[in-house]
Amino acid sequence: MAFINALPGAVAEGLIWGLMGIGVYLSFIILDIADLTVDGSICTGGCVCAVLLANGFPVWLSVVAAFAAGALAGFVTGLLHTAFGIPSILAGILTQLMLYSVNLTILGGKSLVAIDPRANKLLVHMSDNPRSIITMGIFVAATIIGLWLFFYTEFGLTIKSTGDNPDMSRAQGVNVKLTQVLGLSISNGIVALAGAMLAQYKGSANINDGRGAIVIGLAAIFIGLSVSLKIKPNFVVSMIGVTCGAIVYYIVYNVVILLGLKTDFLKMFSAIIVAIFIAVPYIKKEYFARQRKMPSNGAKTRINGGNNA
Amino acid sequence: MLKITNLHKTFDPGTINAKTALDGIDLHLKDGDFVTVIGGNGAGKSTLLNAIAGVWKPDFGTIEIDGVDVTLMPEYRRAKYLGRVFQDPMKGTAPDMEIAENLFIASKRGTKRRFVWGVRKKDRALYKELLATLDLGLEDRISHKVGLLSGGQRQAVTLLMATLNRPKLLLLDEHTASLDPKTAVKVLELTDQIVHKNKLTTLMITHNMKEAIAHGNRLIMMHEGRIIVDISGDEKKNLTVEQLLNLFIKASDGDISDRMVLS
Ligand SMILES: Nc1ncnc2c1ncn2[C@@H]1O[C@H](COP(=O)(O)OP(=O)(O)O)[C@@H](O)[C@H]1O
Ligand SMILES: [Mg+2]
Repeated sequence: MAFINALPGAVAEGLIWGLMGIGVYLSFIILDIADLTVDGSICTGGCVCAVLLANGFPVWLSVVAAFAAGALAGFVTGLLHTAFGIPSILAGILTQLMLYSVNLTILGGKSLVAIDPRANKLLVHMSDNPRSIITMGIFVAATIIGLWLFFYTEFGLTIKSTGDNPDMSRAQGVNVKLTQVLGLSISNGIVALAGAMLAQYKGSANINDGRGAIVIGLAAIFIGLSVSLKIKPNFVVSMIGVTCGAIVYYIVYNVVILLGLKTDFLKMFSAIIVAIFIAVPYIKKEYFARQRKMPSNGAKTRINGGNNA
Repeated sequence: MLKITNLHKTFDPGTINAKTALDGIDLHLKDGDFVTVIGGNGAGKSTLLNAIAGVWKPDFGTIEIDGVDVTLMPEYRRAKYLGRVFQDPMKGTAPDMEIAENLFIASKRGTKRRFVWGVRKKDRALYKELLATLDLGLEDRISHKVGLLSGGQRQAVTLLMATLNRPKLLLLDEHTASLDPKTAVKVLELTDQIVHKNKLTTLMITHNMKEAIAHGNRLIMMHEGRIIVDISGDEKKNLTVEQLLNLFIKASDGDISDRMVLS
């Protein structure tokens, strides 16, 4: 029963993290950059949103501002990487560290700013899970459709090619530095948007929000792709997969809490989930591949393409 | 078309690994020249092509393409003048994208990428026609991911991409070296076809002396970062592998790499 009661909340929160996972997918999968900025930018999104709401700004403006702040953070990471030659992992870590100070400043030196759901018209809040689920569903769907269209544009295609093969992209005249900076900006913008939604949902922005967020985003990605890639390896299905991955993650997370796992161990739990999902395909390939039956000659020609070139 | 003046490049200067890869290259290509480049391993052939393509900046000297000084122009910007095919078939295409998308990105080389719809129906129709000329059955696989293709097929697609927007200069760096012999012959034939049909100015590196003699109207041989042989016209036409080998031995004081002898 307790599980049934926890389910709507898990779905709502899962959808918010699904949005975050989509942002991480852009950097991690499409741009092929392990961008650790997100741990900071998700918090920035929450802080910007909470402070603007506390100062009486409308919720839409607060959310848009959160996106912009996140995009700016991604821009900084991109610049550190492309203009100053800092390895992308380190660039993300540096920005993340900078963001801690930025976030504290936004929160006015406090460690927490509350959002009053009675004083503000919020888009999502945990007191109204059905509405939160619908709102988040619309947000996620709009983001997926927007990105899907974007990656069919001339410019979107070059962002894809940049992550897929930077050598080829440069040879074809793509300004790889520009596409990386812009890709990271969009990615962190979406992550910060998720942060803004999360702050509304929980009713507060905390300076410690977002620690380990990348791991949850990756969990959503790996859980989702482990299924969606088997169905159909295209962008929309992958994005739906990531969203569902986040929901599954939050359902499992709630189950684990109900089973009595001490909250001190929740981050351990997140990390182990990600480790398992990355390790399993590797272990299958490394240790069990040889137990499959020998390929026949027919199979071999198929692998080679069947064509004479 | 291409004018290289006194080009120098040393890798890791000032360290014990310092390596002078280009040691004063002067090279002048006329419009429509098809130049084959040979030389032992480490002679500086790839370095020369990379310098032209702008992978990094040379230490000294200038590169002009069709009257434009590109010496300091970033790689992506001078790409509008150049078509490139690499030795590694993996390097020239984006594996996770469709054949049509790869061709489309190449078709926009030298233009600003805008926020408008990318591959259109009419583009696909054109690519289908072009792919059909390759005679590899790829015209029916236009929406397939390039990663599904064999090395030879990928190299053929890369060749198409390099020449889709007529480049002022085509740079081929041992683009058939990693293919099996039969496929290599096929891709080389395609190269000849495309170069002649479009009258492309071309620099083609090969480690195969026979190929170097059989293709193009001019042959240069590199050794230790310098051009040591430069043959064109009838002299090139009548060249034999043996003569070429002798030229190499003479010019390099008998310092022959195995690879040159074998091919
Ligand atoms: N990026 C690089 N960094 C350091 N050394 C390099 C680099 N590229 C080439 N070299 C060195 O420059 C020399 C010429 O290499 P290259 O032009 O690749 O020869 P090849 O004629 O076989 O294509 C070699 O000694 C090579 O080790
Ligand atoms: Mg080489």
